[in-house]
Order: sequence, then C-alpha cells, then structure tokens
Amino acid sequence: MKSSRLASFLPYLAVGLLALFPLVDTSFYLQLLTKVLIMAIFAMSLDLLVGYTGLVSFGHAAYFGLAGYALALMAPKYETVSLWWTLPASIGVCALFALITGMLVLRTRGIYFIMVTLAFAQMLFFVFHDTKLGGGSDGVYIYAKPTMQFGETVLLNLEKLENFYWLVLVLAAGSYLLLRRILGSSFGRALLGIKVNEHRMRALGFPVFKYQLASFTLAGSLAGLSGYMAAVQYGFVNPEILSWHQSGAVLMMVILGGMGTLYGSVVGAFAFVLLQEVLSNQAWFGIAAKHWQLAMGIFIMLVALYMPQGLAGLAQKFRKPQQESADE
Amino acid sequence: MDFAFFLIQLLNGLQYGLLLFLVASGLTLVFGIMGIINLAHGSFYMVGAYLAWSLSSLTGSLTAAILLAIPLTVILGMALERLLFRHLYQRDHLYQVLLTYGLILVFEELRSLIWGDDVHGVAVPALLSASIPLTDNLSYPVYRLAISGVCLLLAGALYFLIQKTRLGMMIRAGASNRDMVQSLGIDIKLIYTLVFALGVALAAFAGMINAPLSSVTPNMGSHVLIICFVVVVIGGIGSVKGAMAASLMIGLAETFGQVLVPEVAGMIVYVLMAIVLVWRPEGLFGKA
Repeated sequence: MKSSRLASFLPYLAVGLLALFPLVDTSFYLQLLTKVLIMAIFAMSLDLLVGYTGLVSFGHAAYFGLAGYALALMAPKYETVSLWWTLPASIGVCALFALITGMLVLRTRGIYFIMVTLAFAQMLFFVFHDTKLGGGSDGVYIYAKPTMQFGETVLLNLEKLENFYWLVLVLAAGSYLLLRRILGSSFGRALLGIKVNEHRMRALGFPVFKYQLASFTLAGSLAGLSGYMAAVQYGFVNPEILSWHQSGAVLMMVILGGMGTLYGSVVGAFAFVLLQEVLSNQAWFGIAAKHWQLAMGIFIMLVALYMPQGLAGLAQKFRKPQQESADE
Repeated sequence: MDFAFFLIQLLNGLQYGLLLFLVASGLTLVFGIMGIINLAHGSFYMVGAYLAWSLSSLTGSLTAAILLAIPLTVILGMALERLLFRHLYQRDHLYQVLLTYGLILVFEELRSLIWGDDVHGVAVPALLSASIPLTDNLSYPVYRLAISGVCLLLAGALYFLIQKTRLGMMIRAGASNRDMVQSLGIDIKLIYTLVFALGVALAAFAGMINAPLSSVTPNMGSHVLIICFVVVVIGGIGSVKGAMAASLMIGLAETFGQVLVPEVAGMIVYVLMAIVLVWRPEGLFGKA
C-alpha cells in the first residue's frame, strides 16, 4: 500500500526536480535535457501504439518529421511566427496524415504492418528528399523561434533556453497525464483488450478498426507535437528527421524503457539519448566515437535478446518479492 | 516515344525488376518459412556489392570476385543464422525488428571500418562490355541482358528447387508445420540454416552483379530493402511467385516513371502499394 502511494507520487517529484534543473545549468546540459524530454513525448506516443494497442509501427518518425516540416513551411523566412496557430496546425497536419495512412496500414497485421508503416514513412522521406518543397536533401532553416504572445504582451520568450525547456517540460508532463487519463478510460481498456485478443473484442461488439484508428491518429498527433518542438529547438529540418533510423531509435527507446508502461518510454528516452551522447563523445572514446553506431548497434541487439521487458522489467523483477511480502 | 527508346526502357525495367526479385525472394522465403522479419536484408546486398568491388580490384576480374564472394556470403548467412536469428524464431516480431535494426548499424559501421565511406565503381567484364546497336544513335549494353539472363536462370532454379526437389519439399513442409517435420526425423534446424544462407547469398549476388551498373555506395542497402518490402507486400508474404510478379511490376513502374514523370517517380511504387492494400491487403498472391 505504502509503496504504491510512493509510486503515484514519483512522477510529480520527478517533474518538480526537472523544473529546477535550469538552476544547475543553462547551456549544454539544459539543451540535452530538453532533447530528452522531446524524445520522451515522441516515445510515449509510440508506446501508445506498441505497448497498449499492439501495433508495432516502424514508421513513426514520419509524423515527427512531418510536423517539423509543417512548421518550416509555415514560418516566413525573416519574420517570427506565432506558436498559437502553427502548433495546432502542425499537429493537425500530422493527425490528418495519420488518419489517412492509418486507414491503409490498419488493413494489415503483424509483419505486414511493420513493413507498410515503414514504407509510408519512407515515401514521405522521398517526398522531402527528392522535391524542392522543403529544400531537398539539405533541408530548411527555421530562423526564429515561434512567439507566444497575446497582443503586445510576451507570455514566454522561447529564445531563452530555460523558457523553452520549461515549455517542453510542461508539454511532456501534460502528454503523460493525457495518455494516463485516456488509457485509464474505457477506451484505453478496450485498446488493451484489442492488443491481447482482437477477435474476441470484435466478437464482443467493439468497433476494433475505429479504436485502432483513433489510437493511431492520437499517436501520430503526439509524435507531431514532439516533432514540432524538436524543429523549434534545432532551428532547422532535413529529411533525416523522418528517416527510418529515427523510427528505429524511438522504437528502441520504448523497448529499452519497457513498453506498455508509459513511464518506461520516458526512462528509455533518457537512457537512449544519454547513451548516444556518451558513445559519441570524442573526449572519452577518441577515434571510436566516430563509429559510435557500432557500439549502439551491439547494445540494441543485446537488449532485444536479453532484456525484452526493458528497464521497467528489471525494476519490477527487483520489486516483486518485496511487494508480495508487503501484501501479506 | 519511338520504338527503340521504348524497347530500351522496357528492357531496363525488366532487368531492374529481375534484380529486385533476387533480393526480394530471399526476404520473402525467410518471412514465409521462418516467420522472421529481417531489416538487415538490404545490408547483405551492400556486402555483396562491396565484396565484388574489393575482390575484383584484388583479382582484376569480376567473375573471379563473384566466384570467391559467393562462398563467403553463404558462410556469413549460416553464421548469422546460427548465432543470432535462431534465437528469434519464437519471439515477437518487435524483437526481430529491433535485433535486425541493430544489425544494420553494425553492418554499416563495419563497412565503414573495412572499406571506408567512399563511392566506388566496378568495371563491366571485358567479355560483356559490348553494346547491341538498335538505331543510329541508340544501343543496348550486353551486360544488362546478361544480368537479366542470369536472374531468369536463378529464378528458374529457385522454382525447381522449391517445387521439384526433395529438399524443396522439406522446406515447404517446414513452412507449414515445423514440429511435425521435426518429429518425422528431418533436421529442420539445418533446413532453416540453409534457407537463410540461400537468402543471404541471393541478396549479396544481386549486389555483386549490379555493382558495374550502379556505383558502390554507403547506405545502398536501405533503398533496396524498402523497395523489396514493397515488393513483398504487393506480392504476398512467403510467395515466390508473388515476389516475381511484384518485382517486375515495380521494376517497370519505376523505370517508366523516371522517364515519363520524373518529379513523382519516387512515389509511384508507394502509390502502387497503397492501391494493392486497399484492394487486396494480403497481397496479390498471398493467402488471406
């Protein structure tokens, strides 16, 4: 009983501590942490599909990248643009694209689903890579951060790193709460049911396809939110942000943290981004840092083979015996 | 478009399609028989191309390079199946995706360490370097015809192997019921190893023979892989016949697309895939 109260308190504590981070550092590490939180939103959106709906998407970067491109195309070159309408518009574009692709990809299952989601993401990659629409393979710059103001009063100046960090933190926490809320509702329960046994849920009269499509669209929209924020942070977009390496990386974050737990995706994003940062650190690994993907690849293979439940699974393994004795 | 030009595009499209078939057939066999999704299949294509380049610059002959490289790729395939893929047969597709994604990263970095990141070209063998004149200023290279011929031969051999031989019978039986085949005293593990190695060798061979036509570049595997996914989706998983039909379809669509509507050529194959998904989600030759 006591441990579960602690567990429900933990997320608030984490957010509280994270909110204080700008006191520690306001440059490199703050930017790194911002990136982690953006990837955490991205990973949570994928966990909704993989961990809760039973749909393994290998093209989730499509929605992440599409939102970034949407912002880049809406932002005029030498003027600032308002976040109030570009953020909803970018997410809307992603939602629409997810709805359309979802209607197609959800006609397939299993291996097919993996390949088809990848193929559609790759299609988008080639659209931006081969045409002049978004600057081709070089990508385009977003010169100024979007503004958040009412009339003349500036609510939050995003050019300041800590302001942008706090905004991302609020959005990440909000995404977590929203997903928790949705997953706790009867809709979320039905999704879990579909994951476990689709045919039974259909026999029980649930509109399985509609539920899956709703989940797919929601996941695409949230991925769009994270992609928008990533584009704002880096100030430019190129086709790499919707490449399949990105889709693979985010899937890795979900598994590494522990799928179907939601908080696992946050932990996974932390672990993955930090690992990436450490392995490619030239000061520590010298020439080997140039080939950091080799170590990353081996690490990913080891996780797939020996840690299927991720870090959350490890934590549960250690907690199980204690909890059982506490229940008695 | 006059006839000679049309003929050239037609032959190019067929040749590209047949080459795709070599890669896609291995992919679809491994899907269909072992139930494995292998993202690293494109890396085998890349390994083949790099082997052809490095061995042909070593020996001075592409033919010698290919003859040397084929056993190497078979060994690579057998080793990978024994060490890695064997552990994945009973696992969820999710972990297959993850493991083979990790494998791609490893292959790319090893390629970078062994062969570097430069773009290379391979010379067409002297014996096949001629061109057949079609009109006054259009001609067709013999080497492309030779590739198409070799691919057709291999496709025929593959059909014969699977449909007409005892080994093929065991492979087909293993696809439908692994445990039953095993209890009949057939070494299913060995059959899986052989099928996997066959898939690896086919993909690598495609990379080798195509090396003189397209340059040998880093990341060349991923484009081929995605196109082969589309081929497998359109043809139907596990269907070699479907892989052939879909490969030719994609080969022709991409080749003619690049000539007629170059701006949207990259998207045509995906539109084709979307249409097939709406019409027959299980693929043209797939079992519903």
